[in-house]
Amino acid sequence: MSGPNARTITGDEYFYGHKACAGCGGALAVRIALKVLGKNAVAVLPAGCMSAVGFNFPNLCFANNAIISTFAGTASMMTGIEAGLKARGLSDYTVVGFAGDGGTADIGLQALSGCIDRNDDVIYICYDNEAYMNTGTQKSSLTPFGASTTTTPAGSVVRGNIREKKNLLEIVAAHGIPYAATASIGYLDDYMMKVKKASLIKGTKFIHVLAPCPTGWGAQTDMTVELAKKAVDTGLWRLAEYENGEFRLNRDITDPDGIRGYLRSQKRFAHLTDEDISHIVESRDARWGRSLP
Amino acid sequence: MMRPELTSDIPEWNAGNLPPDTCCRAGILADLNAGWRTVRPVVDAERCKGCYKCYLHCPDGTIGMDSGKASVDYNFCKGCGICARICPFDCITMEAEE
Ligand SMILES: Cc1ncc(C[n+]2csc(CCOP(=O)(O)OP(=O)(O)O)c2C)c(N)n1
Ligand code: SF4
Ligand code: SF4
Ligand code: SF4
Ligand SMILES: [Mg+2]
Repeated sequence: MSGPNARTITGDEYFYGHKACAGCGGALAVRIALKVLGKNAVAVLPAGCMSAVGFNFPNLCFANNAIISTFAGTASMMTGIEAGLKARGLSDYTVVGFAGDGGTADIGLQALSGCIDRNDDVIYICYDNEAYMNTGTQKSSLTPFGASTTTTPAGSVVRGNIREKKNLLEIVAAHGIPYAATASIGYLDDYMMKVKKASLIKGTKFIHVLAPCPTGWGAQTDMTVELAKKAVDTGLWRLAEYENGEFRLNRDITDPDGIRGYLRSQKRFAHLTDEDISHIVESRDARWGRSLP
Repeated sequence: MMRPELTSDIPEWNAGNLPPDTCCRAGILADLNAGWRTVRPVVDAERCKGCYKCYLHCPDGTIGMDSGKASVDYNFCKGCGICARICPFDCITMEAEE
């Protein structure tokens, strides 16, 4: 489908005046999704940066309806809101959740799994900044290999996170969900298309969007969009969809040799040795080498 | 186009009149973000082609395209520089704040 673009989405702003750090990728992911969904989107935000920066009493930086959920309970609160709106006889609304990587792949996974199992009519968006940023950059199961975090500090023996990033798309797809996709704020047209598409499908939809965090990644504030694009171009992050039981890749690797530059522009990877970088290249190749299931 | 502004009618909250529940009117902005900036984006309106790229990619939504050209809401822009980096025609420059 041809998706929305900068000129066709509403000029209205629904996430404005928030207190996210300058250049926050998560804030861009939330802002753009709400502009695609429009004013009748009801947003659920668990504990995490996007609720912390959106709700600072008496500031309320969401101009649409929005609520904070428990850290683990994004999907269950979405289920409740959807049931409540339906019970009131309403039909013109979208229930959307914006949860972090920790809030989704770790503590919120059970509630998400239950929601998909019930096939509740909601859009769950995981904005992935690859660590628990709101509490000061602890490792989550979506933190990539090698990243230095406060719980996986780089030292002389262990050089940052020793685990690979969890494959959340495949975990979600294994439920037989109607629609799931990965996206990146470096490719906003693709992201907007996926949010729009999700809004037109009945049942549970899931979008996992890479959203760099200049503060936690140790990157320049003006590099956020470029890093999100580079992650895709180098094949470290894949743009894909799962629909009608099948996976589809949306974009190929265009800059296979750009991994070093991508890693070197972020402080969280500053300690990596050439050997570590070769390992990252090899696991990228292994991931692409096997065909999508 | 709706762009939230600093809210003028925020009640004076004190211990005696806090809201009875945790619900609030949506879109209340009690203070500006302008003080966060060390640099500000300045658009060369003459050269701006109105391509919407900076507007789309601003995490704060502080670029408007009302006149077909980019203009910045300096009340809420944080000076991240994403707009200047993404402009295909190099018509945004980051200038030091006084
Ligand atoms: C049950 C519970 N445990 C811990 C916390 C503390 N906490 C608040 S936000 C947060 C980090 C969230 O990380 P993530 O979901 O990745 O979102 P981000 O802050 O990175 O946007 C934590 C641990 C909490 N609020 N509730
Ligand atoms: S810490 Fe990172 S994710 Fe959180 S508000 Fe700042 S830039 Fe955004
Ligand atoms: S400097 Fe950042 S916050 Fe300010 S208008 Fe440009 S992109 Fe938006
Ligand atoms: S990106 Fe540049 S040319 Fe395009 S609208 Fe913004 S300032 Fe104008
Ligand atoms: Mg996170």
